[in-house]
Amino acid sequence: MNEITCECGHINPEGTVLCESCGKPIEKNQHIDGNDQKELLNMRYDGSARRSQTYNRTIIDKIWNFFSSVKVGVWLIVLTLIASAVGTILPQEMYIPPNVDAATHYRDQYGLLGQIYYQLGFHNLFSSWWYMLLLAMIGISIVIASIDRFFPLYKTLKKQKPKRHELFMKKQRVFGTTESDQVDVERFKKNLKKNRFKVYEENGHILAEKNRFARWGPYVNHIGLIIFLIGSLLRFVPFFYVDEFVWIREGETAMIPGTDGQYYMKNEEFILETYDESDERFKEAIQKQGGPIPKTYQTDAVIYERTDEFIPGKEPELKEVKTASAKMNHPIKFDDYALYQASYQLNEFKEMTFKIHDKENEDSNYGEFTVDLTNPKSEYELESGHRVVIDSYFPEYEMKDGEPVSVSKYPKNPAFVFHVYPPGETSPETSFLGIGMNIDATGENDYKLGLVNFDVRDVTGLTVKKDFTLPIIGLGGAIFMIGVIQGMYWNHRRIWLQPKENGVWIAGHTNKNWFALRREIDKVIDGTHIQKPVDQYEMKD
Amino acid sequence: MNEKTLKKKKKRLIFRTAMLAVMVGLVVFALISNSKDDKSVVAKGEQAPNFQLERFGSEGETITLSDLEGKGVMLNFWATYCEPCKDEMPYMEELYPKYKEKGVEILAVNLDSTDLVVKRFMDTYDISFPVLRDKNGQVMDLYNIGPIPSTLFISPEGEIVEQVTGALTLSKLEGHLKEIAPEE
Repeated sequence: MNEITCECGHINPEGTVLCESCGKPIEKNQHIDGNDQKELLNMRYDGSARRSQTYNRTIIDKIWNFFSSVKVGVWLIVLTLIASAVGTILPQEMYIPPNVDAATHYRDQYGLLGQIYYQLGFHNLFSSWWYMLLLAMIGISIVIASIDRFFPLYKTLKKQKPKRHELFMKKQRVFGTTESDQVDVERFKKNLKKNRFKVYEENGHILAEKNRFARWGPYVNHIGLIIFLIGSLLRFVPFFYVDEFVWIREGETAMIPGTDGQYYMKNEEFILETYDESDERFKEAIQKQGGPIPKTYQTDAVIYERTDEFIPGKEPELKEVKTASAKMNHPIKFDDYALYQASYQLNEFKEMTFKIHDKENEDSNYGEFTVDLTNPKSEYELESGHRVVIDSYFPEYEMKDGEPVSVSKYPKNPAFVFHVYPPGETSPETSFLGIGMNIDATGENDYKLGLVNFDVRDVTGLTVKKDFTLPIIGLGGAIFMIGVIQGMYWNHRRIWLQPKENGVWIAGHTNKNWFALRREIDKVIDGTHIQKPVDQYEMKD
Repeated sequence: MNEKTLKKKKKRLIFRTAMLAVMVGLVVFALISNSKDDKSVVAKGEQAPNFQLERFGSEGETITLSDLEGKGVMLNFWATYCEPCKDEMPYMEELYPKYKEKGVEILAVNLDSTDLVVKRFMDTYDISFPVLRDKNGQVMDLYNIGPIPSTLFISPEGEIVEQVTGALTLSKLEGHLKEIAPEE
């Protein structure tokens, strides 16, 4: 109903600013691009009917038009920029020490500012719902704004005719008239073709055009950006992305998290090499550091696959998959997963060896026994006939209200209550032993226990990664760059020539780099008696 | 208004609605995925995830949660090094025989690392309800257990009725056990 029929006969869609075919300014729509205020035509999107400027009836249209606006898009970007900047004022929660309480840490470290920062939730800004919503709205704005501009522009450039309306010609930035009957149009066309223009002709009207595809650059770029965003969105889907962490002690087999219980790993050995302190090259650096500097971390591991059905807690049936080592930057790879060497803890107590000797004589020896701290036996028989019963074991020993207790299950400070039964005896002697501690409970013991040796082991920390999103993100990035190059390194240029009773009119337009366009025009009018056009925009200054 | 324009307008509305729906869907997905913790499967009103653990002191006898369907299950996470855990053990022992008859099972999942410690503890406390060993903490991770003691009360239908962190008093314990007892 609101279609606009131009005087050239072409039917334009509602909201058109410049006739798709002949470029004549459509009078009632000139305010849209501000043409009514200016001498020259605003050529953006070639005056095509951007849908956002036209339909605004249902609520869907209103939402659509909101996101279609470039102004809104720019505001969203500015807001995101400000928010991101705020997020860098103080460290995010993930970067503060892991064992402190965030609620007090920010106040203690940064005072009132820190407290406000924490209470407003800025310590987790980049994963906050409103930050994500801003990003999402930018994404939506990109999609809608592109759809709303690409299709009308594409159609208009496709429908354009060489024959332009006089007003269109006159109001181009580069415009010139020639009064002469010697104009050599054939030579002009030849020159254009030599300069790789495509030449279209209609009743003596000429349109020469090159590099129209450069106009699609921004849209290609946006497609890349959207693919990039979708790639990062897929990181929320465990099928596409796994990022877990696991501690495994030497000699232990543990489930690898993030694999749905399908894979297990045994830590055969953790190796830590440090730089040689006696080496001249490293001496100074090591002294500066004040301790040994690690050279390599390595975990020798065996990977197993579970063959029975996974029920949490159930003992697995395992099948060996591979034996491999994880080193810095050399992960163990299996299936779609990779295990990266990420951390370690050294020297956790593993075994302790004790001997029984006379209380008064340290050198006597009635035999030794070794206690595996992760699985102590309740009783140890010695060859000498002595029997040792572990009455109590405290992996991490502490005194609480006069009673020995363990505060965790990890053998960080092991202590024992031993009952020693001398050969033939039925009543035991009681000793309490820990690190640097050896207590005779009654004071009447004949025998004493002594720590002879202990064995330690290391714990390795590995990150478990699976990432199918990288190729998608990479593809998005590549398309993004192609779009940038396409739009940056080529310019869309058009030159129109219109025959007049006595001479010709010439006009030119480009989306960027006007100087190069003018130079190109100089080249193609060479020897044609066409007068050099002027840049009406620069003339105004 | 001619038919062509009407058709066009309808097409446009459908296209815009579809595009917006897809994008809003993606955004909602991202927001929900981001806001929920890695392991929020365990919460009041949710189904209790299944597990299988060996009963302590038995020769390989395992208990599977799903086998207990039809019974109320009290799932208690504890360790010998946890003082408040020790306090509630006698209450559990006291109520166990009565509620076992009513169809409620008490499962005490132990998080210690060595058998000896647990054995010595059981000798002292004389416990008759099943103690399960979760040596590598898989079930603890599954239920997203933080501080202990932590106790879940599971209905005969397998739904988590209540989760209590910290020690229970005798009367509170009995109240929760009543809640999950199957109807007669």
